[in-house]
Amino acid sequence: MAKPDKGNKGINRRQFLTTTLKTACSVGMMGIGLGFYTQRANALPPLAIRPPGALPEDNFLGACIRCGLCVRDCPFDILFLGQLGDDIPSGSPYFIARTGPCEMCEDIPCVVACPTNALDHSLTDIEKSRMGLAVLVDQENCIAFQGLRCEVCFNVCPIRGKAISLEMQPNVRSGKHALFIPIVHSDACTGCGLCEKACILEKAAIKVLPLDLAKGELGSHYRFGWEEKQKAGEALVTPDVEHQYNLPAGVRYDLQGEGLILDGKTDSQSPKSPFSTNPLDTLNRKQEGK
Amino acid sequence: MANMPQDAGTEAIQAKGWVNAHKWLILRRMSQLGILALFLMGPWFGFWIVKGNLASSLTLDFLPLTDPYILLQAMISGVTPETTAFVGAAIVLAFYALVGGRVYCSWVCPVNMITDAAAWLRRKLRIRGSSHASRSTRYWILALTLVLPLLMGGIVWELVNPVSILFRGIVFSMGLAWVLILAIFLFDLLVSRDGWCGHYCPVGAFYSLLSNHAMLRVSATNREACDDCMDCFNVCPEPQVIKPALKGAAKGIGPVIMENQCTNCGRCIDVCAVDVFQFNNRYSNLSKSGIQPAKDYSKHTV
Repeated sequence: MAKPDKGNKGINRRQFLTTTLKTACSVGMMGIGLGFYTQRANALPPLAIRPPGALPEDNFLGACIRCGLCVRDCPFDILFLGQLGDDIPSGSPYFIARTGPCEMCEDIPCVVACPTNALDHSLTDIEKSRMGLAVLVDQENCIAFQGLRCEVCFNVCPIRGKAISLEMQPNVRSGKHALFIPIVHSDACTGCGLCEKACILEKAAIKVLPLDLAKGELGSHYRFGWEEKQKAGEALVTPDVEHQYNLPAGVRYDLQGEGLILDGKTDSQSPKSPFSTNPLDTLNRKQEGK
Repeated sequence: MANMPQDAGTEAIQAKGWVNAHKWLILRRMSQLGILALFLMGPWFGFWIVKGNLASSLTLDFLPLTDPYILLQAMISGVTPETTAFVGAAIVLAFYALVGGRVYCSWVCPVNMITDAAAWLRRKLRIRGSSHASRSTRYWILALTLVLPLLMGGIVWELVNPVSILFRGIVFSMGLAWVLILAIFLFDLLVSRDGWCGHYCPVGAFYSLLSNHAMLRVSATNREACDDCMDCFNVCPEPQVIKPALKGAAKGIGPVIMENQCTNCGRCIDVCAVDVFQFNNRYSNLSKSGIQPAKDYSKHTV
């Protein structure tokens, strides 16, 4: 960089090379340190959720310039910027569902405010955002599994009935009641965290987790027979043959739930039946016989 | 004849009065604190003039401003920003290309107040020793910060950039940012004179590159009056830029400071008892015939 002056203060080539090399080495060392620090510092703890429309984490950290405009434009003030000393990459926006979930504004002001598309401007329908996925992580403590009526998560869900549905199961303990089990559906859940906020337990049994943590993934070779069959319009392995049961004539068996079917007989109306449909007839038979 | 560093400015105060000997310093502090105040009006009083921070901001819901250096890092990591970000960066680039890139350092950057304080205390405590790093180290670091996004895929420098961390700390939340700032203060005070801003900061290095064709310049117009008191050299955060303009008359070098490392802070104007310096434009250098611009003559000095 320096232009050697021919005068008394000129530096010779050796000095120039030594200085340059020294500087380059120190900066290189610094680069290595910074690289390792970055790898560590960029790990986002699972409970910190990015705002709606956030790019996948790796891209997000390249796109987000840490300006905080999303934080400013959030009408519910749920967004924070990571501070130096936090586990969160410094200056990047996040929210904690348990204390301040995303209220899912229809106009998504945080996305509109983002100058760099770190929050993707192609997201215009908040119900299509995927900030994370609610997971009922603790079935032992969720009181629905004890047969108690709660359903708070189901009721506060902004996409009620679609993102979380209630599934009835028999209550084996009491033998006569039902369990109303909340089931999260990933095709509708946005990961807003309203359910986690509302969970009545001391510590939420339902938590929003980052998608890659929350979701399993089927092996790519895996196929479900019934889906493939539907796609093809016919059985792909062996043609469907009706199963043959060894049953008396006029009797069939339906495997899909109807059970035994007596053909041509709707019991009482059969003329061969010795019994009338009216129970009184049986009781009064003796008298009739007189 | 030369004054001691701890006495820098004393003569100027006697000759011109305290206010005139601190005019540009006061204006700079008003600028730095004023910008902070604009950002703080919203969160503190609910009166929103400027939103965001120095990385990107929106003034009165209309004027976007974006730091071109951070935007460049984002783009290197493979991002296509929104148009507003480009518009904001273009406005910032145009402004600093006109008034001098390192006006950012001395009139806007909050870290400047910290390092100025360290430099002042260093003079007053008569701390002399200083580590010797090349002032071009910052350009190496600048290059590093532009390569790392390519390798790591994220804006790496923003994880540790003291400029944005301090500003964000004040406007949003501080966290442990003060530790980093304290470290820079102590480094500048005890280890290296003008250490951070003058040797390492890649933000200043980036903005200095915008200065090459800037209009606004400090000029040693009245350099014949110089009495070699050394006060300007003692207060200047980039003293190497002064020498050619102030002492280059014999070599035929013009009086305008053409170095892109000059921050246009105007402190040399303040502390000069005989008013050698003034703000001027780059063309004032060429007005006297037979005089070359000062550029390219001082880079080897410290």
